[in-house]
Amino acid sequence: MFDIFGYHFMQNAMLAGLLASIACGIIGAYVVSKKIVFISGGIAHASFGGIGIGYFLGINPVLGATGFGLISAIAMGLTTRRTKLPEDTVIGILWATGMALGAIFISLTPGYTTNLFSYLFGNILTVPDSELLLILVLDILIFAVVALLYKEFLAVSFDEEYSTVIGMPTEKIYLTMLCLIALTIVVMIRVVGIILVIALLTIPASLARQFTNDMKKLMALSVLFSAIFTFTGLMLSYWFDLASGATIIVTGVVIFALVIAIRKLLSSRGLPSQKM
Amino acid sequence: MSVEKEVVKFENVWAYYNSHPALQDINLAIHDRDFLGIIGPNGGGKTTLLKIILGLLKPRRGKVTVLGKDPCESRSQIGYVPQKSFFDKNFPIDVWQVTLMGLYSQTGLFRRYSCEDKKKAEEALDRVSMLKYRNRQIGELSGGQQKRVFIARALASDPKLLLLDEPMESVDPKVQGELYGLLKELQQEMAIVLVSHDVTAVSIYVDEIACLNQTLVYHGPKEISDEVLEGTYQCPIHLIAHGTIPHRVLKEHQ
Repeated sequence: MFDIFGYHFMQNAMLAGLLASIACGIIGAYVVSKKIVFISGGIAHASFGGIGIGYFLGINPVLGATGFGLISAIAMGLTTRRTKLPEDTVIGILWATGMALGAIFISLTPGYTTNLFSYLFGNILTVPDSELLLILVLDILIFAVVALLYKEFLAVSFDEEYSTVIGMPTEKIYLTMLCLIALTIVVMIRVVGIILVIALLTIPASLARQFTNDMKKLMALSVLFSAIFTFTGLMLSYWFDLASGATIIVTGVVIFALVIAIRKLLSSRGLPSQKM
Repeated sequence: MSVEKEVVKFENVWAYYNSHPALQDINLAIHDRDFLGIIGPNGGGKTTLLKIILGLLKPRRGKVTVLGKDPCESRSQIGYVPQKSFFDKNFPIDVWQVTLMGLYSQTGLFRRYSCEDKKKAEEALDRVSMLKYRNRQIGELSGGQQKRVFIARALASDPKLLLLDEPMESVDPKVQGELYGLLKELQQEMAIVLVSHDVTAVSIYVDEIACLNQTLVYHGPKEISDEVLEGTYQCPIHLIAHGTIPHRVLKEHQ
């Protein structure tokens, strides 16, 4: 039954899923708590433009996506803060612009045409060792920044107005957070795809939110749930020969729905829902 | 008791909001242990005034000092209690973490809260009788309890001035009375400024009242004795009160 671990690509896929879960779990806790899922979605799709440019210029697409992702994160953060444009409008515009630019540049690239679909859903089964190292570096970076700015991130997420009043550089902290989100997305795109990044940023954290009111525990639980989703999803996709990324998402959604339903049932029977 | 110290001083202060004057020639002196209520309609410049005291906004003209210094330099000695409605009640944060936030100006960027910080936060929560709720998620508390936590957060840094923005908004009268009792206690150690658009929210506990609508008209503490004589007030308000509720009537603006 566990013969699948004998394959090198499967070992890498599992390891990639685990490492991705660390980054997505920690960052996802902020994304869900601060309710910036759509901004994250916008950044994810905007960075597709960078992938296209990367191919067109013949450089590593991840590099292009990194530049594009960071620029769009900062652009989103600044325009929503400093102009009167509504946030969702800015997100919509950048979202569409990125995807359009990506499509144009990929079509302009002679010869090798990339499958756009592989960037939407990624391909966790073809993760090379070098990519694993990149995710590990990202994990370390995220861990370090969050450890350093824990109280600032918490304050800015909870109450921006008060944070500004007590003299916190609120805007810089918020932009730093958006840049971390962008980096997470960009690194994950190749591995798990744009759609799965959004799924891993939101589903584990919102499930974890059902069990705790504490940010640190929320992060730890999100990482755990994310790892369970990717692990279970990968096994299922192997056994039933399904697309891996999509199976991971559906697994997460099903577990999420089950947990919510069970909790609802328990609370309607008068059992208290204890939080950690 | 020591000589009265000026906590906030405005001298001929003008401020503009999108080329509209928000504050016109404001003169104001708040002393240690004053309890001042500033009332006025929305858009009358209350927020602008608060921002200037907090050093978040520079006045166009005039001079402002807070504790004898530039407002920016004194910010760590001001406790600020924001309007209730601005935070997400479901946010995963407990009372303890909220209170610690008040110590940021002393702890500083990148640093962790020290043992001393934690002791101050504990004391602050104890003063507002909320220490036993320290592990509760903020949204699980009642409106009055939340207000107490936000007051504790403001108190954590040992402020010389406590600023409250619409503190009695959506708080029922019984809890309002309790909160005023708490503020009255705190007044023994600091100056308190309360800002509200709701005249009924400014109770008899407040020693002095100022009406703000671009210009500031100051009603001193002695006016209470004149209250029966003065039948009109100029702030455009509509006040209904039962006779048994203590109330005051302010002099006409000159």
